[in-house]
Amino acid sequence: MLRIENLSAWYGEAQVLRDAGLHVDPGEVVTLVGRNGAGKSTLLRCVMGLHPGWRGSVELDGTALGNLSADRRARRGLGWVPDDRGSYATLTVTENLTLPPTVGPDPWSLERVYEAFPALYQRRNSAATTLSGGEQQMLALARVLRMGARVLLCDEPTEGLAPLLVQQVGDLLREAKRHGVTVLLVEQNLRFATSVADRHYLLAEGRVTAAMENSEVRSRERELLSYLGI
Amino acid sequence: MTAFLQSTFNGLVSGAFYALLALGLAVIFGMLRVVNFAHGAFYMLGAFGAYVLLAEAGVPFWVALAVVPLALALLGMALERAFIHRLTRLDPLYNFLLTFGLTLILQDLVKLRYGVQSSPYEVPAGLRGSVDFGLFDFPTYRVFILGFAVAVCVGVWWALARTRVGMVVRAATERPELTRALGINVGRWITPVFGFGIALAGLAGVLAAPMRAVNPLMGADLIIVVFAVVVIGGLGSIFGSVAAGFGIGMVQAWAEAYLSAFPIVAQTIVFIVMAAVLLWRPAGLFGRAEAPA
Ligand SMILES: Nc1ncnc2c1ncn2[C@@H]1O[C@H](COP(=O)(O)OP(=O)(O)O)[C@@H](O)[C@H]1O
Ligand SMILES: [Mg+2]
Repeated sequence: MLRIENLSAWYGEAQVLRDAGLHVDPGEVVTLVGRNGAGKSTLLRCVMGLHPGWRGSVELDGTALGNLSADRRARRGLGWVPDDRGSYATLTVTENLTLPPTVGPDPWSLERVYEAFPALYQRRNSAATTLSGGEQQMLALARVLRMGARVLLCDEPTEGLAPLLVQQVGDLLREAKRHGVTVLLVEQNLRFATSVADRHYLLAEGRVTAAMENSEVRSRERELLSYLGI
Repeated sequence: MTAFLQSTFNGLVSGAFYALLALGLAVIFGMLRVVNFAHGAFYMLGAFGAYVLLAEAGVPFWVALAVVPLALALLGMALERAFIHRLTRLDPLYNFLLTFGLTLILQDLVKLRYGVQSSPYEVPAGLRGSVDFGLFDFPTYRVFILGFAVAVCVGVWWALARTRVGMVVRAATERPELTRALGINVGRWITPVFGFGIALAGLAGVLAAPMRAVNPLMGADLIIVVFAVVVIGGLGSIFGSVAAGFGIGMVQAWAEAYLSAFPIVAQTIVFIVMAAVLLWRPAGLFGRAEAPA
């Protein structure tokens, strides 16, 4: 579904990705773990077509995306959930949800979003940035589901969330997976990662250095946690 | 009291021009991240367009009010496609050089054909005379300008707040990169928004023709105050630019009326206010610190 090969990326002179490669098959949930600064967000931005200094190959459904613009990539079914949650201060909650076009065969309706998140419904006419951090995270996830995105690129959706909200994010991702949505998930919380994902990649100094099954992550948890510095 | 109301009213009329010009600058800056130093030249072209149409083709004010802004919007869109869009990848200095250079070219082209003296433009027939407000009379044409400008500002606000296009413009203004990543072709809206901002400047110019001296430099004098207005309101803030436009118009009129003993203060009041606002709120009254991409 999504295949990344020999992906390198730079900020000016500084190289942050070095021939990184990974793939996510249809309907899979795959996580990308790595220390702060390893290049995880940059990788997602490259997939989304937002990072100017890159080289390598990103394929979606077997076609190379090349220099396709970000908006065209979104229209092909990529749904980005940025690390800062991407709430618009000048748009209401409803507008945040209805801004993107629908791009996939199975978009959530606004009613369905509001049924799943009564808190968002209650604040539907407020500026999105007045929501709590957890609510903004749900909004960002709900937005790409309402688009009908087929491949979600989620950048640390559980960061800074209370356990109950982390569980909600997990429920949402599992439900999306049940409907055939594919997910590439950047995650630092290994317990959470193994509870939602099928497989895991480790990104270190810009390279993908390991591909792990759930069982391997569980058995190496201590080692991985100390490596990640958590 | 009468004198106060009268100077307030005059201030609101000047403010109407500031607001229309600042509003255009704000939408253009929001969408393109370009400060259009040529905005005053388009205002001047609006006034000259009305003058030329009347003097050389007998086209009345009301027709000019519709046709001139439209024609300038087309010119603006052509210039955006030809030159302005190249600025996105360049150092901001080029923004200044290009749009300021454009100002000089447009001014000189008009000078070449019409000279530097002011050209007269009659107040349209239906708007002569004055309106009786009880305490004082006020020229009908000025009442019209005020009403018209307020209606335009409210209309633009409504379009931004309530239409799909307005939502896209707000989103692209606040976070251009995220908006593209959410499947919106932001680039498609840039040229029309630039044209729209230019049309507002042209509209202000047509409105100014019967009231102000129509000459090639009329925009150059005004635009300096308009930039102060934009900075006071908060660069890129739509509401801020309109509110500051009317506010500064009034402050200027009051200063003229009540600080005539201190002409230096009265003449520079706009910049004194600007300095004070910047010390207090560096992003302007309604501006926000630069948002993430
Ligand atoms: N806008 C930027 N300009 C320069 N360097 C950056 C920028 N954004 C990130 N970096 C650097 O690139 C590296 C990778 O960053 P990032 O992809 O955000 O890592 P991660 O998401 O894994 O924490 C880091 O060393 C970071 O300092
Ligand atoms: Mg990151």
